[in-house]
Amino acid sequence: MTSPKPRRQWPDWLAGYALLSPALLVMAATLAAPVIALFVLSFWSQTGFDIDRSFTLANYWKLIEPSSEPMVWMGIPFPFAYPVAAILMLKSLVMSLVATVVVIAMAYPMAYFLAFRVTRHKALWIILLTIPFWTSYLLRVFAWKIVLGYNGAINTGLKSLGIIEAPLEFLLYNPIAVMITLAHAWIAFTVLPIYVSLEKIDRSLLEAATDLGDSRWQRFWRVTLPLSAPGTIAAALLVFIPTVGDYVTPTLVGGPGGTMIGTLMQELFLRQDNAPLGAALAIVMMAIIAGIVALFLWAVGYSKMRERSR
Amino acid sequence: MLGKPSALFIYAIAFMIFLYGPVMLMPVFSLNDSTFATFPLKGFTTRHYASMLANTSMILSLKNSLVVGVIVSVTATAIGLPAAIALTRYRLPGGGPVLSAMMLPLVIPSIVIAVALLVIVLRFLHMNLSLWTVGAGHILLCIPFSMTVLMSRLEGFDKSLEEASRDLGENAWMTFVRVTLPLAAPGVISSLLLCFIISFDEFVVAFFLTGTENTLPVYLFSQLRFPNKLPGTLALGSAILLGSAILVVAADLLRKLGVQSAKPGDL
Repeated sequence: MTSPKPRRQWPDWLAGYALLSPALLVMAATLAAPVIALFVLSFWSQTGFDIDRSFTLANYWKLIEPSSEPMVWMGIPFPFAYPVAAILMLKSLVMSLVATVVVIAMAYPMAYFLAFRVTRHKALWIILLTIPFWTSYLLRVFAWKIVLGYNGAINTGLKSLGIIEAPLEFLLYNPIAVMITLAHAWIAFTVLPIYVSLEKIDRSLLEAATDLGDSRWQRFWRVTLPLSAPGTIAAALLVFIPTVGDYVTPTLVGGPGGTMIGTLMQELFLRQDNAPLGAALAIVMMAIIAGIVALFLWAVGYSKMRERSR
Repeated sequence: MLGKPSALFIYAIAFMIFLYGPVMLMPVFSLNDSTFATFPLKGFTTRHYASMLANTSMILSLKNSLVVGVIVSVTATAIGLPAAIALTRYRLPGGGPVLSAMMLPLVIPSIVIAVALLVIVLRFLHMNLSLWTVGAGHILLCIPFSMTVLMSRLEGFDKSLEEASRDLGENAWMTFVRVTLPLAAPGVISSLLLCFIISFDEFVVAFFLTGTENTLPVYLFSQLRFPNKLPGTLALGSAILLGSAILVVAADLLRKLGVQSAKPGDL
């Protein structure tokens, strides 16, 4: 009888990290190092074709440098020497915020329907909601250009029905077109996370609320909505954070009036060749988004909320 | 409630129309016998598809996208699988933060990822932009998705099968090859498909990081400005939409297959 070979046992953490190491190396090379490089570059400066590597805060100063003659945009004075950055930043934040609110308001009832009302063909509903999630973002945005354009589907459709004489010009190339398109393009990302948080709710809690005399609306406000709030908030952040820096939508359907901060970043890096200023802008944008998100999560008491819904 | 459609059901149908309506115009107009995407429709034609297939620069960028997509999906899945095993099978100190870090690409605007990679490639490494730099960016974007799919598959089947294999004398590698891999296969395949689609459809990172060679979305974007190229663009767009939809359904069916066989006795 041969005794079994003694197993060489690595400690769990060592074996685990050995298995994780390829992924961690890739993350370090493609995320950590590039972000550090971006951060370093934001303290250098562009001199013609060359980069001056001496430390400077000039790029950050340029973004906030005050000026005595404020530029007025939408009735708000922007007292900056380079006001375009601050204006586009505020505009991008407001536009994404509106798009996010619209997305959540539209996605929540759909997710609710899926979680509580669909009994048959649930898998079919889910796959129908999943497909747009995975189809080309570029094409989903482009579709709105076909819908809203001067010679687009709405205009030519209404014209051939005899409802309008001349094409409506206000449909495309404005902030509203950008917000509609953003909402449509990102809505597919939100229904499923909200659905998952609704599906997890213990049904006996709902029965208890009814047994204790809550009406359907009271039950929704006091039980369903609070318990699904963490998933809904997570879904909202998954829309808000990436859309602030979106480049495709403002470029395709925004026109001159619908530009966003991503448009300026692309200009600085690829056209004006001022990468250090672009880097500072990217860093400031990420810091502002992170700050807003942290403030928001703190204000709604997100960590406590998650504890409760566990 | 039976019989009469509820308000929520009507809402759900309207939601689906909003979701699919605009995108569905693309195939409709691509089969319309006109150079403009306008109503009323003129007549049925497939000539836009024929001219699309005759377009050599389009075919070239399609080839680039296929090559990048395959390399990215294989790489992202190959590094994702051991990582997913580590996070589901080992007691790891710091496992939670590591997983959160791997999900970061989901919550960083892709333009920031794009410019950060652009900066390190051009200003620090002094390398040229190429399809390789695009691929590197795409692998990063795929990691959260590959991890999610693989981890949920690995959590879906019984760990004791692997323990049994070890107890019966197989070493760690043979246990992986003969037990873990076959059981994880549906997850691996759906990770491959999903990462392929992500790379194939991705625009912003590819737009910033590509050199002289275009990927298909970058080519498509360059065509969107020219109104006279519209019919060909619509045909190409419709073909991409159909292709992605087929892949998504395939990935989903495979995942379902996996979930079913996870039940004991179904093996």
